[in-house]
Amino acid sequence: MAECHPVGFQWVMEAKRRGATVIHVDPRFTRTSAVADLHVPLRAGSDIAFLGGLVNYVLQNGLDFRDYVVAYTNAPAILRADFRDTEDLDGLFSGWDEANGSYDTQSWQYEDAEEAPAARQRDQEPGQGQRSRGSGDEASQHDASASEAAGSGGAPGAQRARPKRDETLQHPRCVYQVLKRHYARYTPEMVEQVCGVPPALFARVAEAVTRNSGRERTTAFAYAVGWTHHTVGVQYIRTAAILQTLLGNVGRPGGGILALRGHASIQGSTDIPTLYNLLPGYLPMPHAHQHLSLDDYVAADAGRTGFWGNMKAYAVSLLKAYWGDSATEDNDYCFDHLPRLTGDHGTYNTVLGMVDGTVKGYFLLGENPAVGSANGRLQRLGMAKLDWLVVRDLQMIESATWWKDGIEVETGEISAQSCPTEVFFLPAAAHTEKAGSFTNTQRMLQWHHQAVEPPGDARSDLWFTYHLGRRIRAKLMASADPRDRGLLKLTWDYPTHGRLQEPSAEAGLAEINGRGADGAPLSTYLDLKDDGSTSCGCWIYCGCYADGVNQPARRKPGAEQSWVAPEWGWAWPLNRRILYNRASADPEGRPWSERKAYVWWDADQEKWVGHDVPDFEPTKRPGFRPEPDARAQDALAGDDPFIMQTDGKAWLYVPTGLADGPLPAHYEPAESPLRNPLYAQQSNPARERYDRPHNRMHPDESPVFPFAFTTYRLTEHHTAGGMSRHLPLLSELQPGFFIEVSPQLARHRDLEHLGWATVVTARSAIEARVLVTDRIRPLRLGDRDLHQIGIPYHWGGNGITTGDAANDLLGVELDPNVHIQESKVATCDVRAGRRPTGSALRDLVADYRVRAGLPADREGPA
Amino acid sequence: MSLLDRGPDPATSSGYGEHPPRMGFFTDTSVCIGCKACEVACKEWNSLDEDGYDLLGSSYDNTGAFGAQTWRHVKFVERVDLSGSAAPMAPAEPDTLVGEREPDGEGGPAGVDGLSWLMASDVCKHCTHAACLDVCPTGALFRTEFGTVVVQDDVCNGCGYCVPACPFGVIARSDSDGGAHKCTLCYDRLGAGQRPACAQACPTESIVFGPLDELRAQAQRRVEVLHEQGVDAARLYGESPDDGVGGMGAFFLLLDEPEVYGLPPDPVVTTRDLPAMWRRAALAAGVTVLGIAVAVASGGR
Repeated sequence: MAECHPVGFQWVMEAKRRGATVIHVDPRFTRTSAVADLHVPLRAGSDIAFLGGLVNYVLQNGLDFRDYVVAYTNAPAILRADFRDTEDLDGLFSGWDEANGSYDTQSWQYEDAEEAPAARQRDQEPGQGQRSRGSGDEASQHDASASEAAGSGGAPGAQRARPKRDETLQHPRCVYQVLKRHYARYTPEMVEQVCGVPPALFARVAEAVTRNSGRERTTAFAYAVGWTHHTVGVQYIRTAAILQTLLGNVGRPGGGILALRGHASIQGSTDIPTLYNLLPGYLPMPHAHQHLSLDDYVAADAGRTGFWGNMKAYAVSLLKAYWGDSATEDNDYCFDHLPRLTGDHGTYNTVLGMVDGTVKGYFLLGENPAVGSANGRLQRLGMAKLDWLVVRDLQMIESATWWKDGIEVETGEISAQSCPTEVFFLPAAAHTEKAGSFTNTQRMLQWHHQAVEPPGDARSDLWFTYHLGRRIRAKLMASADPRDRGLLKLTWDYPTHGRLQEPSAEAGLAEINGRGADGAPLSTYLDLKDDGSTSCGCWIYCGCYADGVNQPARRKPGAEQSWVAPEWGWAWPLNRRILYNRASADPEGRPWSERKAYVWWDADQEKWVGHDVPDFEPTKRPGFRPEPDARAQDALAGDDPFIMQTDGKAWLYVPTGLADGPLPAHYEPAESPLRNPLYAQQSNPARERYDRPHNRMHPDESPVFPFAFTTYRLTEHHTAGGMSRHLPLLSELQPGFFIEVSPQLARHRDLEHLGWATVVTARSAIEARVLVTDRIRPLRLGDRDLHQIGIPYHWGGNGITTGDAANDLLGVELDPNVHIQESKVATCDVRAGRRPTGSALRDLVADYRVRAGLPADREGPA
Repeated sequence: MSLLDRGPDPATSSGYGEHPPRMGFFTDTSVCIGCKACEVACKEWNSLDEDGYDLLGSSYDNTGAFGAQTWRHVKFVERVDLSGSAAPMAPAEPDTLVGEREPDGEGGPAGVDGLSWLMASDVCKHCTHAACLDVCPTGALFRTEFGTVVVQDDVCNGCGYCVPACPFGVIARSDSDGGAHKCTLCYDRLGAGQRPACAQACPTESIVFGPLDELRAQAQRRVEVLHEQGVDAARLYGESPDDGVGGMGAFFLLLDEPEVYGLPPDPVVTTRDLPAMWRRAALAAGVTVLGIAVAVASGGR
């Protein structure tokens, strides 16, 4: 966190000054480790085993926060009799369909559950795009994207709102007992064997975390892409969620699981998404053949309990924001104008589509996949098949110049003469050159004002998008083609200002906030209607422009307000700083302890009060019990804090919404130097695989690729380097591409400090300078040792400091829930000296493939 | 002028009447995360150029040393303490860091205990007794009303006397303009009521700017807290008015001996002996003159 989020890390240091214990779990000894109280080095890709070990420690020693667990989680829920755990099936859950490479999730449900969404109509038409092994059919594709819809809280799909419960937690099929059996094998000895963490060190972490949790104290977990960039990334977070929920560390001050996002507004870019399968506010993108009408689209959620039960109001208000007066009840509020999914249109599938010639055009806005995405070579070969490519960036990045100076030009695979791609480069404005908002990991929007005009032809993304739309609409004005109707009817009337005719970002914010029937700004999503009388561009952001005031622009100093600082920026939803904060009080509405009091029920005022905006209906009494047939929020009881869930409870066990299991199990990374010590099942069976030329994956335990490597960032550089490698004052601070190895590996492979080394995988080979450091340690796993290599991924061919792109080493295999690549761990070989150049480079990699028993895939000129 | 002034407050002894309190830096290296924001902020504010693109292999330090274009320098020290003594900020029982295993042979786990990584942002010390100031023949180096030491670019003739005079290797001549350059403690920002750029940019408040008296008290409290937490190695460097430079305007909290950070353990103002030397020289000259006079007188006889 100190490495990649130094500004946010100031608060960790502040907490440490006040007596907090800081524990850093990371394969490498980083700048974070340097100031932590304890550094726990572990094998890259083994975190579920580590966290599972902590879960087991809690359960075996009865250290869970029992009152919280019984009242606020699904621990007492009874599962179906036909559910089989990884304990029963040696690493698989019941429902595995080997032919399809996916799970049938019926047996994962609660006893007497309603039909799950997986049983929805199946699509008969083949989807466009690459079909990966593990991607299942289109229907399950869509269901899988449903796990991302939980981004605003709450899993989708029908569930019995009130499962049978055994509050003694003794029923053999209750979640608590299933969980206990599932993690029983995650012993300290197993943690050592899988993670390389000695039992004594593990015990110190376990004691510190449990001692610091309960009524009086809370523990927080912070993570970044070291947890998410895995073929089991979602389950990493799930394991932490189980641990934190058992310890009562959710919905309470000082608790939680904090996702540190890669850019200033990555949270914003999922809330108002750049993801193909989501609409703003985590509404799923409709499917081409399943969702023929608005009612079809909301049907799965319309009858639900919890706040997702109001999905139609959110969807109709969004359609009204898009199409304004054109959206009426008679035309289904222009629902037909929304784009539709026909399959997996994620970034890697799109790139494979380019390679296969089915994707013809590509916009890159502030993204440098030639350096920053897994298998950079595949990215470049894909772009070389496009008809057109538009790159908007601050600098002339590698993704804009691969056609003339990429490494494939050197190897003869791409030539500027024969490459069909027409490349447009458009300079972009930086954040200081435009107004807008960032949404940080706390879901907090903070406004930034324009400081200077962008130089030259540089323009903001807002300018580009607005004026592109304006020009296209002008060209289509006379079109009678029905397919153009949606574009022509869009509300596209944003005010502009200044010499450059910059659209007003604040007008965008106001549209996102939404308006009532009288046109006045709304202040809460509770006022959204499904009758077309309200509009709202993103329901969870409703209130960010309440009273016509730019709430994210508020900057009242912390010293001038309460410690929750509600008047700094604005956090969704409804300016709540901690989600599910009803859980900070006990079922009767009293704080669990005075020390950790946050919101509570005030019997005199008959409402919830406290330091933050209560994340609960303001006047719903703690003792409220819903009618049996109630729906939406009316179905939640007064002690159901997790209001986005159908049952109002935190889910230790996930009966629906995940593609790869209701409980996290340790699977080895897609490429691993060892057998899975826990189960016969080696890797996540449901992961998405693309076994094809340019993307060969290493066999398990391959002696040809005996080392593990992990990629990461350095403080001095920014992601793929577009914002740092072109700047002198940052480049001089980290002026060369290097790899980090232990002194032992250096001796083993004759690597010299500051000398050159070549790292080889089945995808490519890269060269880098060597830093030999004790901060990288070999790990002892039971009776064997493992070497890990650290590789920062910032470099590419352009800019002041240049070097090979580390991501060229990676293959593409994806998490089946969110389609994220496994880029934090893979296997490789390393050798002293520089890599060959030209076609000899490809020969070297092909030789390695052959030696590893993979297809040679000898590549000629494209 | 300062050659003879040895008072505790440099602005007063430099002839300022009413003047603001002496301002300085307290750099608490125990909370430094090595982000180098101070280096970048310094260069941005003072319009300093890059200083070369060399991968030094000195941990994450690619700055290497102070220079005419480099007035802040974040040092990185990787230490492996095989004796098993507690590393700074490490837990109280460091042996459990690596379990019970002994170091193995070739290729095996190193059994690295006491691994630590020190980071410290170094800067001009703005000494109470500043030798650079003493030796400057043009008056380009001067003492400000804040008690800091600043070079006036338009006065400096590039003689370079100040370079070897500094006991810390802070000041350097520029290859481009020939003049001497170093940290000004952002004299231009201080005059406008602003903090120096480095302190403003530091995310963890490792670099604290303020009146020196207050900083010394704050630093003393911080050391006590760290000692209470078991960080016995915590110590202050340069805070004492009794040291060889009369106390530093920019002083440090270190987690090891100064030498580990490349700092002189007992710095002395290099002009300390100059008055005595001059006196001896004067005495010698007087004796010589007297001798000659005697000789002349004798010879005249």
